[in-house]
Amino acid sequence: MKYAVLGGGPAGLYFALLAKKADPAAEVHVIERNPPDATFGWGVVFSEETLGALRDADFESHEEILASFARWNAIDIYFRDTRVRSRGHVFTGISRKVLLGILQRRCRSLEIQLDFNREVRDLAELGNADLIVGADGINGLARRSQEQAFAPRLTAHPTKYVWFGADLALDAFTFIFRRNEHGLFQVHAYPFDARTSTFIVECPEETWRSAGLDGASESQSLDYCSDLFARELQGRKLLSNRSTWLTFLTLRSMSWHHDNVVLVGDAAHTAHFSIGSGTKLAMEDSIGLVGALRRHADLKTALTEYELERQPVVERFQEAAAESSAYFEHVSRYEGFSATQFAFNLLTRSRRITYTNLSQRDPGLVRSVDAMFAGSATGRHDGAGRLSPPPMFVTFRVRGKEIPNRVAGSTPGAGLAISQFFAVSADGRIGPKTPVLDGDEQRAALKSQIDGVHRNSGTRFALQLGHAGRRGATRPVSDGVDRPLRWGGWPLLSASPMPYSPRTRIPREITKAEMQVVTEAFASATRIAQECQVDALELNFAQGYLLASFISPLSNQRRDNFGGSLDNRLRFPLQVLAEVRRAWAGPLIVRLTADDWVVGGTGLDDAVEIARMLKAHGCDLVHPVFGQTVLESRPDYRKLFGVPASDRIRNEAGVPTIASGNITTSDEINTILAAGRADLCMLEG
Amino acid sequence: MPGTSGKLLVDWARRADETRFSSLGVVDRLAYANYEPLTALAAAAVVTKRIRLATMILIGPLRNTVLLAKQAATVDALSEGRLTLGLAVGARVQDYEVAGVDARGRGRRFGEQLELLRDIWEEGRIGPKHRGPQILVGGSSGEALARMARYADGYMHGGGPARAFAATASKVQAAWRDLGRPGKPALWGMGYFALGDEAVRLGADYLRHYYAFTGPFAEKITAGNLITPGTIVDFIRGYEDAGCDELVLFPTVAGIDQLNRLIDVVHAIR
Repeated sequence: MKYAVLGGGPAGLYFALLAKKADPAAEVHVIERNPPDATFGWGVVFSEETLGALRDADFESHEEILASFARWNAIDIYFRDTRVRSRGHVFTGISRKVLLGILQRRCRSLEIQLDFNREVRDLAELGNADLIVGADGINGLARRSQEQAFAPRLTAHPTKYVWFGADLALDAFTFIFRRNEHGLFQVHAYPFDARTSTFIVECPEETWRSAGLDGASESQSLDYCSDLFARELQGRKLLSNRSTWLTFLTLRSMSWHHDNVVLVGDAAHTAHFSIGSGTKLAMEDSIGLVGALRRHADLKTALTEYELERQPVVERFQEAAAESSAYFEHVSRYEGFSATQFAFNLLTRSRRITYTNLSQRDPGLVRSVDAMFAGSATGRHDGAGRLSPPPMFVTFRVRGKEIPNRVAGSTPGAGLAISQFFAVSADGRIGPKTPVLDGDEQRAALKSQIDGVHRNSGTRFALQLGHAGRRGATRPVSDGVDRPLRWGGWPLLSASPMPYSPRTRIPREITKAEMQVVTEAFASATRIAQECQVDALELNFAQGYLLASFISPLSNQRRDNFGGSLDNRLRFPLQVLAEVRRAWAGPLIVRLTADDWVVGGTGLDDAVEIARMLKAHGCDLVHPVFGQTVLESRPDYRKLFGVPASDRIRNEAGVPTIASGNITTSDEINTILAAGRADLCMLEG
Repeated sequence: MPGTSGKLLVDWARRADETRFSSLGVVDRLAYANYEPLTALAAAAVVTKRIRLATMILIGPLRNTVLLAKQAATVDALSEGRLTLGLAVGARVQDYEVAGVDARGRGRRFGEQLELLRDIWEEGRIGPKHRGPQILVGGSSGEALARMARYADGYMHGGGPARAFAATASKVQAAWRDLGRPGKPALWGMGYFALGDEAVRLGADYLRHYYAFTGPFAEKITAGNLITPGTIVDFIRGYEDAGCDELVLFPTVAGIDQLNRLIDVVHAIR
């Protein structure tokens, strides 16, 4: 076999040495455009798992790496001038330059030809190689020469960052957050030998411009950051190595091989630096590729197997990296958190660390998270050092009511049971069997339902009130959803005369007088609910029902002062909210569509704005839900799909939230609550 | 698959019905040398007594909905209620071109078709008098999952490792709850197999050709072909753990010996 390897970084060199070891008769040729001692960046990080893989793949280089790395097991988070230290996370770091030196020497000892200072401009220059390995980075020639086959997708991240070194040996992976008059800056720093650390500074682009860093020279940027983090640098200096401000690009490629060209490392994929796994993934790619080549004589089969093995692994890291980078892009949202909660939120940002596995790594921190959470819920902050229950079993207090735990839903023992949909009037029913709260008949049934819940447990009962609007007069959902009644239907009302589906009845545009009737129906249902001693009310402003039909521009085409601007579209729903608030002193929840899942509909930015207005009109808790505004949308049902909306609404609009959306385990609930992404969670499944 | 005689199809169905298999699946493709799925299942219905008959999947929007409703109800009636009608929009534009059907807007039309099928069967206007077969929907997009939860009885997965099935199953269940449907959706999975030295090579050729339209993905599907008893057993266990209700294994080589070899593998499990 004849291998031509483009790029002499860790992925290329490691591939070369493993391929040569696997087949000593192979010709392996590495071509690098820079000189052997050129370095970009400072140190790289490996986990224990990666070190194990390196040991199994090549014991000799592993031994040398072990001899020259820095090892630590803590993560430090500096926030508002306090430090939270989390232990139990084992990392190792090594200087990139030292790593390259080890790999270069190892390649030479195996008689691998290394050509430095050679720029390849056309793959044809590589002659008759059986396999060309593109290890030439994110803008590599190998990928660019076959763009169509590899189908790459590049996404730019909206922050600016710069790689510095620091002549200080940290003893932890260190995150520093510092606000100045220009905005919030964060540092990602970690040691890589006994004297030096990598020190990455990141900030939003607008902060970067406001600080004048867009026009700053290399040394001006260095001075600016040295001043900003003088306290943590403890008198030591930041070091620059052609350190300029960059925009991170995430690369995803549909395919990693075509004919006799295969991509490894950054040439195929990148993952945001905040999860520190670029070099690790690159070297693991090389291990996977050589393994597949050893197992299969047929090149095509080997390259397919390499992709099948590595792509899912890389995708998982890319998902974690996307969560992590999104966290850093919006971290100013959490500046009001206590240091403990801020740290827990940071540690669990990419979902790889959860409440339960952090309990194993760092039981002390999780106990203080529990104490913090219980303390902030009770207002008693003397709990430090005392045992507290996990977050999901902490009482939630709202408007004088105590909800005994943070789980909402129909699971027995849940703190809050949210009822089925009760219509405020007969014309607001979803179907013939929808209960209507407009008279004595339902009052008795509701009362006995509530008494049953109260008798058997401490569960609080939230009554869901709504008007189905244009989604009314349908058959039972066991037969399918939004299927109109064949007979016995009734006229429907909505913000605008647009049918929900091609088969449902066209609703009438509701008049101002009818709005008044609906508002009174809500108030009257509220009074009945009060008599029945419900614990909380949930108003349905979601799922395409009457009030939601006003909020979304997709279903509201009115030209009066109830349509058009967001203020206008919210006028009627807020009128209902205010009227209910007047009649009801207890906890008031609004179920709100946080994202229509349709381009041009309500999105998360709007939802935050709407949540602010709901709060101003007396809403105590927002329960974000998604889609169903119109018949056809583009839903996303992945695990925890509703959590980002809950997080934004809670922490940007400042309203407590009930998170829902494919939440199925108590670990997920504890993590969401302790990280401050919601106040209660719907447990499903 | 190409090269399958009518006799082989009927023998396969009969033999599967006599052993312990619980369902028999057919695939759909228009511009291809295969049998039309509902016609093939009608033939199978005649020679079987108990086995479930499933389209996995049938490309709905290619067909006139009223005619499809009548055909499906006919097969269901002929088999005494053993039809499971798996439907999806399909992945090949070529099938739409051959049928003279616009591929644009097929998703929206598919949603309407699902609702109309239910209406037709419930109203019983065009007969045979029948409540209609179980409907399952396939497709991996969020839109497909929402349509599934809105109108169907469950989901048909398009193939892949058990881990991929489990991830999709979680979304299917979330969609089902999101639309307020009672109970749980039925979950069906599928895989390909080839047993025997010669069959492994032929099976790979077949899958490469069958999935050529997916470009580089065809190689990955080919690599996923189950070619040893051990991988088949692991695959079945993985799907079982992931909550799969019904798993259909498709041959990639035409020949009754493939079914006999599969019977041996499956019998060894318990």
